[in-house]
Amino acid sequence: MATKASRSAARLMMAPAVILLLGWMLVPLTMTIWFSFRSYLPLRGGDLGAAGFDNYVRFISSSAFWPSIQTTLILVGSVLVITVVFGTLLALLLDQPMWGQGVVRILVIAPFFVMPTVSALVWKNMFMDPTNGLFAHLWRFFGAEPVSWLSDASLPSIVMIVSWQWLPFATLILLTAVQSLDGEQLEAAEMDGATKLKRFFFIILPHLSRAITIVILIQTIFLLSIFAEIFVTTGGAFGTRTLTYLIFQRVLESQNIGLGSAGGVYAIILANIVAIFLMRIVGKNLDN
Amino acid sequence: MGRITLDKITKKFGDVEVIPPLDLTIEDGEFVVFVGPSGCGKSTLLRLIAGLEDVSGGEIRIDGSDATMVPPAKRGLAMVFQSYALYPHMSVRKNIAFPLRMAGMSPAEQDRRITAAADVLNLTDYLDRRPGQLSGGQRQRVAIGRAIVREPAAFLFDEPLSNLDAALRVGMRLEISELHKRLQTTMIYVTHDQVEAMTMADKIVVLRAGLIEQVGSPLELYRAPRNLFVAGFIGSPKMNLIDGAAADKHDCKTIGIRPEHISVSPESGDWKGTVGVSEHLGSDTFFHVTCEGIAAPLTVRVGGEVDVKYGDTIWLRPGPEQIHRFDQNGLRIA
Repeated sequence: MATKASRSAARLMMAPAVILLLGWMLVPLTMTIWFSFRSYLPLRGGDLGAAGFDNYVRFISSSAFWPSIQTTLILVGSVLVITVVFGTLLALLLDQPMWGQGVVRILVIAPFFVMPTVSALVWKNMFMDPTNGLFAHLWRFFGAEPVSWLSDASLPSIVMIVSWQWLPFATLILLTAVQSLDGEQLEAAEMDGATKLKRFFFIILPHLSRAITIVILIQTIFLLSIFAEIFVTTGGAFGTRTLTYLIFQRVLESQNIGLGSAGGVYAIILANIVAIFLMRIVGKNLDN
Repeated sequence: MGRITLDKITKKFGDVEVIPPLDLTIEDGEFVVFVGPSGCGKSTLLRLIAGLEDVSGGEIRIDGSDATMVPPAKRGLAMVFQSYALYPHMSVRKNIAFPLRMAGMSPAEQDRRITAAADVLNLTDYLDRRPGQLSGGQRQRVAIGRAIVREPAAFLFDEPLSNLDAALRVGMRLEISELHKRLQTTMIYVTHDQVEAMTMADKIVVLRAGLIEQVGSPLELYRAPRNLFVAGFIGSPKMNLIDGAAADKHDCKTIGIRPEHISVSPESGDWKGTVGVSEHLGSDTFFHVTCEGIAAPLTVRVGGEVDVKYGDTIWLRPGPEQIHRFDQNGLRIA
């Protein structure tokens, strides 16, 4: 991009992509904001005129609102903790030289390729079913009463399913980070008298901090909009209604597009609050 | 104290024997250089001494006690790595403090030692910087600082200067030599550069394929190389090795003559030759001379500036006392 001509040519050529992306984002956003100020009930007469802030007040004062925020944060937080902790341990394990390393790595990555709906169904029917599930058989083998996972421990069950899906992602990113660590640093620390545990906390973990930050940021974006796993397993019952799911219910089950749109705007605000906190806490790792 | 004895140690990686049984004694306070071409096992040998690799057989004794199975941290040795291996997320101060912190030393004592080390290595102004903000030479000094503060029985250096540019290398060479004179601690230094070996060592160990070819002071190796390999490896430019008729005259398979031991004359001498490329360094001039009856061109070193042009005919005469003779097996004939 040395000359003036090449710079304006570059702008011209980037324009279609920029305009397309901007339109892709702006049109739905504007429509959401527009509908959130309308009383729009498709099955009860369609657009019934301006509603002011009624939708916003109704959405936030509903008894389901604050529990859904809480559920969302618990779900996102638990999945993040589980995937980062186990992802780090798995990455360290997979970095060890062992027989069949390539196959094992592919197997570990595999869950990430399974569609969310499919994996939720597999977990629901094959593992967590209280009569025929593998867990039920396992419990009975040890003489215990099978747990009906999705009704008695519904949120932990969904955390488990989602963690299983996202663990490969965390492992993969952290594995590449582990592999980029200079072996001589670990040897130097060993000569300096650091035990294995101290080497992990003083050398490996600081080296991984940047990768962990990236894992947390990317996962948060996707986890805030978790939907299929809840839809397929509990349908939002037993305290598994996240904000995303609440909006879905308002729009499709109650057929109230105005109310759902107001919820959508709250979801945008929540995502931004979470993002600001995250950037404050972990974002500084990306600086240097 | 830092007397290190290697007793018939061997190292195998799978079926490949990298180091056949090897004996070596390193006296307390000695500056020993392991030198050899790449892949000769010199770094492996250093790592065996450090404890970063397990020996396949034999015994390592440090100050008389068996250290073969002792973990690296407990051997009382400090190592400076080729890549420096500084911890990038810690300041220089924390890098240097790391071994002391791991040993659980009191903060006051840590501070005292860090200040002393920083003073010796001119690092006082950089203590709060990160390694990423330092130049190559400064990083090198931090790595040495991290080794010094432990007050080890011996220092191990693994090609520490190979990442520095030529000018800095000469400077650091002097600094390390001076450090050795000041601390009087055993140092083991691995390099593939024979100039580093010649300039720094009290004792050079020349290695080839895991075997010790010769051990001796730099000048012993220069004056009396035990075999053809050492003869060709030690000294710069390399010794001229001549087979054939010229060697037969001296009753041997091969004769060797160093470039600086050949005198040049325009009229008379033992070998008549044609001057090829000449390299003028100012202080010295190197000629490459193709001589009649000698297969490979000879390198000749003449002090100062000499007016000889490409294609000139000159006569060469090797110093009679300075001819090295080798037999069929490449061994020196005394």
